[in-house]
Amino acid sequence: MVLFVRLRLLPGDPANALLGVGATEQQIAAARAQVGSDQPLYVQFVSFIGNLARLDLGTSFVSRASVLGEIGSRMSVTLPLTFFGFVVALVLAIPLGILAAVRSNKWYGAAISVISQLGIAIPVFWVGILLVTLFSINLRWLPSGGFPLKGWANFGEAITGMILPSLTIGLVMGASLLRYVRAATLDVLGSDFLRTARALGASFPEALIRHGVRNGAVPVISILGIELASTFLGAVVIERVFSLPGLGSMLLLAIQQRDYPNVQGVLFISTLLVLLIGFAADIAQRLIDPRLRSRGRAFA
Amino acid sequence: MTTKTLLLAALLAGVALPSAAFAQSYDPNASIRIGSLYEPQNLDNTAGAGQGINEAFNGNVYEALFQLTDAGSVEPKLVESYKASDDGLTYTFTLKDGVTFHSGDPLTSADVKYSIERVTAETSKSSRKKSLSTITGIETPDDKTVVITLSARSISLPYNLSYVWIVNDAASDITATEDGTGPYTLGEWRRGSALALERFDGYWGAAPTNGEVVYTYFTDATALNNALLTNAVDIITSVQSPDSLAQFTGNSAYTVTEGASTTKELLAYNDRVAPFDNVKVRKALARATDKARLLNSIWGDYGTLIGSFVPPTDPWYVDLTSVDAYDVDSAKALLAEAGYPDGFEFTLDTPDYDPHPIVAQFLQSEYAKIGVKVNINIITANEWYTKVYQAHDFQATLQEHVNHRDIVFYGNPDFYWGYNNPDVVKLIADAEAAGSQAEQVEKLTEANKIIAEDAASNWLYLYPQIVVSAANVTGYPINGLNSQFFAYGIQKSE
Repeated sequence: MVLFVRLRLLPGDPANALLGVGATEQQIAAARAQVGSDQPLYVQFVSFIGNLARLDLGTSFVSRASVLGEIGSRMSVTLPLTFFGFVVALVLAIPLGILAAVRSNKWYGAAISVISQLGIAIPVFWVGILLVTLFSINLRWLPSGGFPLKGWANFGEAITGMILPSLTIGLVMGASLLRYVRAATLDVLGSDFLRTARALGASFPEALIRHGVRNGAVPVISILGIELASTFLGAVVIERVFSLPGLGSMLLLAIQQRDYPNVQGVLFISTLLVLLIGFAADIAQRLIDPRLRSRGRAFA
Repeated sequence: MTTKTLLLAALLAGVALPSAAFAQSYDPNASIRIGSLYEPQNLDNTAGAGQGINEAFNGNVYEALFQLTDAGSVEPKLVESYKASDDGLTYTFTLKDGVTFHSGDPLTSADVKYSIERVTAETSKSSRKKSLSTITGIETPDDKTVVITLSARSISLPYNLSYVWIVNDAASDITATEDGTGPYTLGEWRRGSALALERFDGYWGAAPTNGEVVYTYFTDATALNNALLTNAVDIITSVQSPDSLAQFTGNSAYTVTEGASTTKELLAYNDRVAPFDNVKVRKALARATDKARLLNSIWGDYGTLIGSFVPPTDPWYVDLTSVDAYDVDSAKALLAEAGYPDGFEFTLDTPDYDPHPIVAQFLQSEYAKIGVKVNINIITANEWYTKVYQAHDFQATLQEHVNHRDIVFYGNPDFYWGYNNPDVVKLIADAEAAGSQAEQVEKLTEANKIIAEDAASNWLYLYPQIVVSAANVTGYPINGLNSQFFAYGIQKSE
């Protein structure tokens, strides 16, 4: 509801955005009737909600294509991109974060922390530009952007096109994740249960893996959920740098053109996905930590 | 056509020749990858698809009765012959034989009638609709003959028909499909990314010199340049920033060509409101603008200075750069004569995209020298449309005007800039009703000189039109008039 009203309060009329310089008053009136922006706000809202219930997100004002259909096609770029970025982040952050904590008194432990701080400070598009300059323009190893016309049917091209953008997302997300992993590991290292496990005869790596990781994972997973959601939403920037036809670029274009059905559709689906990610993170936490499960039952 | 345009056309032809002569052999089935910043929003040019659809489809997928060539002349395309009645109010067109649509249907006069009415229809969003408003009737006495009757003489009718796509009348909605007569059919299309055109083997004319054309779309100019640098595209249809040119000039792997442009950057005053209703004020600001320095700071050695709204490719071009040439002292004197010895203050509505904000800052510092204070108000393209174009609620604005032959806007007192000189209105109307091209050119040249003397707007410069390609690709259009980009002559050597 809030989304709906705020969007329509933006200055500019979709009818104008549709027409170029040279439109007459009649053309504008005709365009308004076509996109429905001549209807009162509540009429527009009721019809929007009615359609939503039927999972009909409408058709775009500008392209006249089905919103859901286009979201589907864009998702085939954004979802894999987010997923690969996430995997890169995990692969980087977990081992390095644990190492940085366990060896915090060694030079490389400190170096990892410093570099991760740098990773947080650098804007994501800048990382993208640096990677393109290095790997595409200078080394010519990977494409600088774009997605094949035939999509995933052209698997090789699609996957090579995903490498740099995923790496960009992974590096930036990994840097902030690394700090949480490090902090959580440090907490665990100073904990009583780890000391007890060692006292009972477990070696340090054994104790860390059997008891430490599981305990440290709980706060990290809640952060992971938030990071994953923000990566998904932050794809706008990455998709622009790498010219990828994903949800982010669809949203950006739709806002510029006041293409309300497309904007609403993308926001609705993204909100849904973010909620799902949060839900999945909750479930994962409960599976890992039996205390959360019993507490849940006690309060039920 | 004036001698100058002929000269220019000859020059342009000269540019194209050597590349054709040196092309050793080419791959007739090559895939030509074109990088562009103008993605079409849908596939129908009467449904608000944007300029990108003209770039991809004009002459490639759809053809018109006439074609505006890259050199700027209007030539018959789907018409075999045509004649106008003595009073100039009835045109009879005979269509070419053997033309078929991609769906297999033959081209008939009914398709032509349908196609013109599609553009002039109430629901049409074609920006060109108004120029066809003199059409009062379209008759189709037989399959090969179209008779158009007009309410007033219209010398530009063939030109205006050159952007009316001839569409099969059996095709209803063409926002996501096509049915044209051109040398290519629509292949794969992925929104937000790319659009492919495949060679149509049943084409009535000469077959394209390549097998497929893929337009790849970018939202970011740097990403577009990177794509050419990494061999992901073969051609960039228009370079938007001179900074990026350095990567291509002086590198034998690329060809950089500057063609003739029709895109004008201008400071448009609202001529209805004080102080811009005063011709002396407008002339003073024109004289206080060092346009050569502005152009150089934005485009380096590229681009052209213009003294009016008319680019050198229009037949009514005359060099008017000496009218109100840069002269700060005389600008001050004129301001004093106009009653503003201490200058004045005005708000400049500036679109938020390049190059307007930079131009606005430049003007701000230029006009400070004559005591005129400029308040820069940054607005979005959409706000510009509502506030400036529709409501005329502005003092002055910056805008780029891309079209070819658009001096006619100065003959419309209701246009956003509100320039109203009855002599010009009459000259422009008379030019359209002219009996011969020579008469049309004479009248519009006269109108052109008057708007320059009136400093109706401040025409800052003509954008350069720069195409960059990989060195093994030749035969592409370099002028991009009306955003067209004919792909059928492009050759890629093996």
